[in-house]
Amino acid sequence: MLLLDNVHKSFEHIAAVRSFSLPVEEGKTTILIGPSGCGKSTVLRLIIGLIPPDSGTIELDGEAVAPDRALMMRRKMGYVIQEGGLFPHLTTYRNITLMATYLGWPAARIEARVAELSDLTQFPQHGLSRYPAQLSGGQRQRVSLMRALMLDPELLLMDEPLGALDPMIRVDVQGELKSIFRKLKKTVLMVTHDLGEAAYLGDTIVLMLEGEIVQKGPLKSLLETPADPFVTRFVQAQRVPIDATNGEGP
Amino acid sequence: MRGIFVIIVSITIVALCGPTARTKAAGNEAREIVVGSKKFTENVILGEIVTQIARSEGLSASHRRQLGGTRVLWGGLVNGDIDIYPDYTGTIQREILARYEIETEEQLRARLAEFGIRMGPPLGFNNTYAIGMKEELAEELGISKISDLRDHPDLKFGFTNEFMDREDGWRGLRTHYRLPQTFVRGLDHDLAYRGIDSESIHVLDLYSTDAEIRYYDLRALEDDLGYFPQYEAVLLYRADLIGRLPHLIDRLHDLAGRISEQKMIAMNAKAKIEGIDEGEIAAEFISGEFGIRTEYNAESFWQRLRKHTLDHLILVAISLSAAVVIAIPLGIAAVKSPMLEKPIMGIVGIIQTIPSLALLVFMIPLLGIGGPPAVTALFLYSLLPIVRNTYTGIRDIPSSIMESARALGLAPAARLHLIELPMASSMILAGIKTSAVINIGTATLGALIGAGGYGQPILTGIRLDNITMILEGAVPAALLALAVQGLFDFSERFIVPKGLRLS
Repeated sequence: MLLLDNVHKSFEHIAAVRSFSLPVEEGKTTILIGPSGCGKSTVLRLIIGLIPPDSGTIELDGEAVAPDRALMMRRKMGYVIQEGGLFPHLTTYRNITLMATYLGWPAARIEARVAELSDLTQFPQHGLSRYPAQLSGGQRQRVSLMRALMLDPELLLMDEPLGALDPMIRVDVQGELKSIFRKLKKTVLMVTHDLGEAAYLGDTIVLMLEGEIVQKGPLKSLLETPADPFVTRFVQAQRVPIDATNGEGP
Repeated sequence: MRGIFVIIVSITIVALCGPTARTKAAGNEAREIVVGSKKFTENVILGEIVTQIARSEGLSASHRRQLGGTRVLWGGLVNGDIDIYPDYTGTIQREILARYEIETEEQLRARLAEFGIRMGPPLGFNNTYAIGMKEELAEELGISKISDLRDHPDLKFGFTNEFMDREDGWRGLRTHYRLPQTFVRGLDHDLAYRGIDSESIHVLDLYSTDAEIRYYDLRALEDDLGYFPQYEAVLLYRADLIGRLPHLIDRLHDLAGRISEQKMIAMNAKAKIEGIDEGEIAAEFISGEFGIRTEYNAESFWQRLRKHTLDHLILVAISLSAAVVIAIPLGIAAVKSPMLEKPIMGIVGIIQTIPSLALLVFMIPLLGIGGPPAVTALFLYSLLPIVRNTYTGIRDIPSSIMESARALGLAPAARLHLIELPMASSMILAGIKTSAVINIGTATLGALIGAGGYGQPILTGIRLDNITMILEGAVPAALLALAVQGLFDFSERFIVPKGLRLS
């Protein structure tokens, strides 16, 4: 289980994340949402150790994410970013298997794992020998997801994974993601700015403003018992389709 | 990535074996005597005479002709890269030993001996500096002595670079005669003759035995205030030659007084105006004086081309591969360590601004003359493009990619060789390509310090005003640059990963 306790992070004296405490429920999908610049991506970067917190602790299964063991901890997490961050000089297959190869997995195990993942994400076999530049945006995100899942991490971190996709494809991929999350039963922490997506995919929604948590809970509680006038303003600004609240999706 | 590594390693191996193999070969040839000469024709002819006399003694003698200036030759003589070369008493006294108070010949010899150098007897002619101008213009302005120049401040002066710099050159002359002229340029001696012919300069420095004095119809102005000293031609040689080759020294001393001013002017004219090979002129002189036939190497065009190409390639290959091996890590260090970034980029940048000839001459006390200093200078010049491109290539990798690599849990070393270097490979290769092209061009200057290469025929061509000869060096150098560029373009498809060449 992932636990953030009273985490602070400032950039050049401007607080990006403050007094941030959050237990992330195991096996559930938690969504970080908020306006741009509210610090939601910074939270993910702190968790995976790309930046160190100024104070506070971050623990995964009781082990602190400290700089000296960041490499080990990162291998227990999968990280997917908006642009995919795929390595353009490597084929899809090499992108996915880079870490496993580096860690010396046997070839058979690697192949079996790739087969499992392409099955899960419905990624076509022939796409594995392609280079990122030869893939569509949706396919690239699938590859990025497979890469994040290759080592079978306990925790999946996703930073606006669908942000770069065009709206029609985005809806399809949201559906696929939801079924993938259901099958995986992994702890997922995902950042988005789209409340519809958050409601559709998330078990818990964490609304942030200026580096702090304003309210957390299912969408229903945000709608019915807003903790702050900002919650209502944020929800109304997004014009959520009402049926999103029952989890059936757009 | 593995490709680039293999290439670097193999070039390095070749580079490291190359010079050793070559030096050994040179050693086995029983390098008995190395003759040097300055980069003007008279000195080359004298060097050739000495070389042929040595060969007629059954010695294996090599002639490092037309080296770039007194300092190069003196440096080479003192550290043993050269055994003997022709120089002039005035130059020795005022240039080489300018630091010392020397009044008599005994004092001069004693000072030379401190460096382990001996001076042979005068060869018979005095090739002093003189100041000259077109006969016609001199007549028109009524100038016959140097002090007459004082009344014509608008005259344009063009002096050899060496004359500009020397203690006994322009600076001293200006003070001695209180000359007012402000237009004073430094240029190559052979180009100065063409400059005076086209009237872009009016006054130049001459050597009194120059064949061109008559050819261009020049008037040598009278040194009425006695500024220029005697420049008796002599041979300077290493003292150890007396013990090693006493017979040769005797033979060379036989040259004393044999070369009169008329004979020297005639020989200079044969080379410069009739275009006769210096080797042939020297052989003719020796047979005329001593009645013996000597051998000279008249190499064919193809032999010369082969030799120059080989020399040039060796200079470029060694310096460039060493630069690749050093510059890529430097570029990586600059991008990885904020503390090293400024010093590395700064120093590498400053090296680039040092004039190449200055750098070459600067190396002589440390590395002697010939290949090593040239390779070192070329190596230093090749650093900047590679360091800078490595630095930029890695720095400009999109942050999303670098962040993904870190987030995956790749250790820094693995990130470098799996992600950063392949991503920057195209940029690094472009840097190496730039270095290679600059290197091939700059390597032509290596000839000035006896490193051979395509600069050799260029220097000869400039010296003899022979365009064909200049092209014999310039054209292959340009072709080599093009070929190397093509080679790098071709190698790009093996070195730069396919995924980066798609878009």
